[in-house]
Amino acid sequence: MSKLALIDYGMGNLHSVAKALEKVGTDVDLVKDADALKGYERVVLPGVGAFRDCMTALKETGLDTAITEQLKQGMPFLGICLGMQALMTASHEFGLYQGLNIIPGAVKHFPESHPERGFKIPHMGWNDVAFAAGKPIHPVLAPLQNQQVYYVHSYYCTPENPEHMLAASSYGDYPFACAIGRDNIVAVQFHPEKSQKAGLAMLESFVNWNPS
Amino acid sequence: MLSKRIIPCLDVAHGRVVKGVQFVDIIDAGDPVEAAIKYDEQGADELTFLDIRASHESRDTLYHMVTEVAEHVFMPLTVGGGVKALKDIEGLLHAGADKISINTAAIFNPELVKEAAERFGSSTIVVAVDAKNVGNHWECFTHGGRKPTGINAVEWAKRMSDYGAGEILLTSMDADGTKEGYDIPLTHAVSDAISANVVASGGVGTLEHLAEGLRDGKADAVLAASIFHFGTFTIAEAKAYLAEQGIPVRQV
Repeated sequence: MSKLALIDYGMGNLHSVAKALEKVGTDVDLVKDADALKGYERVVLPGVGAFRDCMTALKETGLDTAITEQLKQGMPFLGICLGMQALMTASHEFGLYQGLNIIPGAVKHFPESHPERGFKIPHMGWNDVAFAAGKPIHPVLAPLQNQQVYYVHSYYCTPENPEHMLAASSYGDYPFACAIGRDNIVAVQFHPEKSQKAGLAMLESFVNWNPS
Repeated sequence: MLSKRIIPCLDVAHGRVVKGVQFVDIIDAGDPVEAAIKYDEQGADELTFLDIRASHESRDTLYHMVTEVAEHVFMPLTVGGGVKALKDIEGLLHAGADKISINTAAIFNPELVKEAAERFGSSTIVVAVDAKNVGNHWECFTHGGRKPTGINAVEWAKRMSDYGAGEILLTSMDADGTKEGYDIPLTHAVSDAISANVVASGGVGTLEHLAEGLRDGKADAVLAASIFHFGTFTIAEAKAYLAEQGIPVRQV
């Protein structure tokens, strides 16, 4: 058994996340079964698709409880895109749906697109990762200083506690949280597995991260 | 700030790159993995592979090629050519593609775009629009610009965007191959009309053309084939030029 569990809840494409983690030297197991999660050293929750479908799948498999339990036990966690949004209290995507409530706050939609001003939804492409001045940079995110990363999303997280905001970005006139976390938890809105060298470096720092 | 994207396009047939990639230090010019790695090193923002001889028989070869490329480069990959049904999209996504470009099939079956966007997400679905100036407007053509469809290209792009396509790959059939620059009025008209991202394609011969497509055409991304394949310019040179012009690009 490898040490890293990549949560497979039957949606989206795990291929690229798995390949990127393997590229940085980790063996990856796809984990579908809530009971199996316990034995791993760290966990990655990827995500493509709709929030509602993701939460439904996590609940049906009992993975929601299993993930929450392991995070309480201190298992290092990385959420990607929808896997970040799932940590929040609730999302407004296609109605109001409850999340894992691990990071208090909501998931909101960007305002309507304004093509004539170049503001289009989804927010798609390479954009910044900005760190608050004077605040220590999270070790997992350290390789992203002065780098751009690849984003594809229409929704964004709004953590209630500013301490949970690890990095910010902005699209048009709208700032948003691009990385959140606390303790053993870190989650990012962008796709490190699609962000070339910078993204791979971030994944490598996650697989070597030992939060105390 | 969101960067404008520079996308090299590779034409493939039977899992091999065709129409010549001529990097100086490349061993096998037809190897898609080698070409992808080269563009990755140069700082390309995405890669687009178009299967120009897509056929039922060559599907497995294409899937295999996409899998190979996705194991070596970690950036967004768009794949198109012969996509007719949801199962084609699923197969390519499973192989490791991030976005799937639908061309002719969208014209014959527009609902496919709607179904695909609902099932796989808007950001996954690209509709390729091949447009030609027919006097007072642009019309969609199929079969490499040979067959007219009677469909107004700007209206069509709008409809595809409304159906959930996240991106329009807009090729001017008039400009394609001329090296005289993108069709700027066409690009501008589509960019202003739709919510989806617009990738300008067809006609690039100089770095200035890239700037025109992004600045004057208001495209979100520019696609080019021959200027990069034949080593006329590297991606890095293109980005340095665009940055000088005040256009936001990602420097690697």
